[in-house]
Amino acid sequence: MPAGPPAGFAARIVELGEELRDEGMQVGTTGLLDAFAALEAVGWTDPEIFREALSATLAKSPEDRRVFELVFDRWLFRAAEQAAVDLAVKESERGDGTDASELDGAPSEREFDISELNLDVLRQQIAAALRDGSEGAMRDLARLAIAAFGQQGNGSGVIGVDVQRIRRALGLRAEPQPDLPEDDPRRDGLPREQLRRFEQILRRELERGQIERTEQLPAKRALSELDRALPTGAVQDLAAIHRVVAQLKRRLKTQGQEQRGRKRRVHVDVRRTMRASLETGGVPVVIKTKPMRPRRPEIFVLCDVSTSVTSASVFFLSVMHALHDSFRKMRSFVFIERVSEVTETFTKERDFRAVSEAIGRDAGVADISGYTDYGRVWSEFRALVEDELHPRATVIVLGDARTNGRDPRADTFAAIAAKAGRTFWLNPEPRLYWNYGDSVISAYEEHCQAFECWTTTQLEDFVKALTQPVGR
Amino acid sequence: MAAAPTTPADVDQGLRSVGYLPSASAALVSLLAIKLGKPVLVEGPAGVGKTELAKALSKYLGRELVRLQCYEGLDEAKALYEWNYRKQLLRIQAEASGTGWEDVQEDIFGEEFLLERPLMTAIASPDPVVLLIDEIDKTDQEFEAMLLEVLSDFQLSIPELGTVKAKTHPVVLLTSNNTRELTEALKRRCLYLWLDYPDTEHELEIVRLHAPELDETVARKLVEIVGMVRELDLKKPPSIAESIDWARALLLLGAGDIDGETFTNTLSVIVKHRTDLDIVAERVGVKLPRPV
Repeated sequence: MPAGPPAGFAARIVELGEELRDEGMQVGTTGLLDAFAALEAVGWTDPEIFREALSATLAKSPEDRRVFELVFDRWLFRAAEQAAVDLAVKESERGDGTDASELDGAPSEREFDISELNLDVLRQQIAAALRDGSEGAMRDLARLAIAAFGQQGNGSGVIGVDVQRIRRALGLRAEPQPDLPEDDPRRDGLPREQLRRFEQILRRELERGQIERTEQLPAKRALSELDRALPTGAVQDLAAIHRVVAQLKRRLKTQGQEQRGRKRRVHVDVRRTMRASLETGGVPVVIKTKPMRPRRPEIFVLCDVSTSVTSASVFFLSVMHALHDSFRKMRSFVFIERVSEVTETFTKERDFRAVSEAIGRDAGVADISGYTDYGRVWSEFRALVEDELHPRATVIVLGDARTNGRDPRADTFAAIAAKAGRTFWLNPEPRLYWNYGDSVISAYEEHCQAFECWTTTQLEDFVKALTQPVGR
Repeated sequence: MAAAPTTPADVDQGLRSVGYLPSASAALVSLLAIKLGKPVLVEGPAGVGKTELAKALSKYLGRELVRLQCYEGLDEAKALYEWNYRKQLLRIQAEASGTGWEDVQEDIFGEEFLLERPLMTAIASPDPVVLLIDEIDKTDQEFEAMLLEVLSDFQLSIPELGTVKAKTHPVVLLTSNNTRELTEALKRRCLYLWLDYPDTEHELEIVRLHAPELDETVARKLVEIVGMVRELDLKKPPSIAESIDWARALLLLGAGDIDGETFTNTLSVIVKHRTDLDIVAERVGVKLPRPV
């Protein structure tokens, strides 16, 4: 049985729990208690086992697991560095078995004579380590690389910049480099995953150096949405999208009922009341009311299928596909430079693949350039459906609002939005990139509700907004 | 029964000895399940050995495996217990008419008239068992709620009899293919194990274990190809079970190498969808050498 954990250990684990909660994971007290029980059972000295035991008790879905791994790395690094700062351990003093090096499981310090560093040899060694994927060697070599470049006075002070600089100077690339000699490990290109890992280690080491100089920890950064998104295949996405849309359908169906309860006001059906009154000699004892009909939404969907949204348009077409399964009164359009109605294609073809092929083949939406022309699209769309838009219609636009420098014609869009009851815009780009470059989403955002939508979770948010009862 | 394991390495060894090669996390979580007595929720794509893990554990620990296969519409009567209605009727008929209702009632709601279903069997068993609740995501939420009592306290309430408490602590594994989000309440009571497709080396080991006659180089090539196929965007990516099947098929055919022709001929072993077949033949098939 391993020795008991050091003092303050429990507090650190609870801290990890707090951090996980901050990132939106549901970590209950039971989970933490389980974690302690688990650590008691398997010991806490082996870093791999420590991590696995915690993740088995705290992270209970693939998404959570991903977040857990990111947070755990951050937490472990910070905990180790904090301990080092507290104990005033310096790099040179490490290796004599201080608490800090024990905590983060750092490999024992190897003695390298920095003055003898040969950059070419170092390059080869790093590339070889990357190819073989040996973690310990990578870490040691990262330190060497930093030392070598620090010597040349290349440090810019910004960690991200330094990492890329070092990587470039080492000539590490994922693509094959055929002009290198035969025996060079970089010749066939390095595994992308390993390269990313090496960059991570570099970043870690640079941060470590910075912390040592300033003797304090930098501010903690929250995980970005991009980091935590799970890499998933399009097919899985398709299933997820169908699930979300099924939810949307259910919400829309029950919406009418909800209103029935809330809206007490009813209309008297005079004709039926009179007929019923005949039974009671003309006295209207029983009042007959007009039945409440649940609102049937009429949906117009416009989907951008140009090259700038290639990856997203698969997502969007599948959203449309799923919507078509759910709504009878729905008309679909695709656009690049012109608009084309594809409602029939969707109703005829059941298979998603066939649909996307058919659209690619005969929609005829690209004219000359193949770049989106929003201005023209709006005016064409308006001409097509102007008479059919009414306050109960919902218009949904799927696109990135990148006009390629052409006139956005927000006024035409405003006219469409004014005629339709509600207008939504789903943008496949993260909000961060909105209004950068030729994105003119802000011009349209005045007239509609815009959502960023590139994960199914965000699609769910949109579903919530779409199905909110309208105060009318 | 093997000695109680104390380290993940023990479990790893033990599972290997019964023909299951666990990943590091699988060994660790199994150990935790044995030591903490908590149920384990095993998730992952189909065919990565979730059910096999339970079978291997039962073999390794020398315990009986009690399996509850879940499906839509599974209810208490099929999962927990049922009164043996016919036997009860016979009992009443056999009873002399003089006995009062009270006595008969006492009599016919005894353990003798109880039909044990898997969960009940697992709990009432005098020897510790391994309980496998397979594909829990196929059932509805109500059933999950019913499981909570069993999973957290290892006891069952039968209105006519009272509470049945577990005499021994079973090792419980729940598997799910993640087709439906399970409730938080259930997740909270479980340890979590995510089984994914193994890496090349690990899978090679597994294939070699199940098809030892297959040439090493062929096996390696096979595993690499399966890895490539998994990267494609398929409806149903090939699982470990399918790589093993493929290895066996190659053995039967006596193939010494996987070239373009053998690949196309045996493709249907690993890919089971019409559309997938086309994609794989198109993307992977062409990379293999054609026989001259």
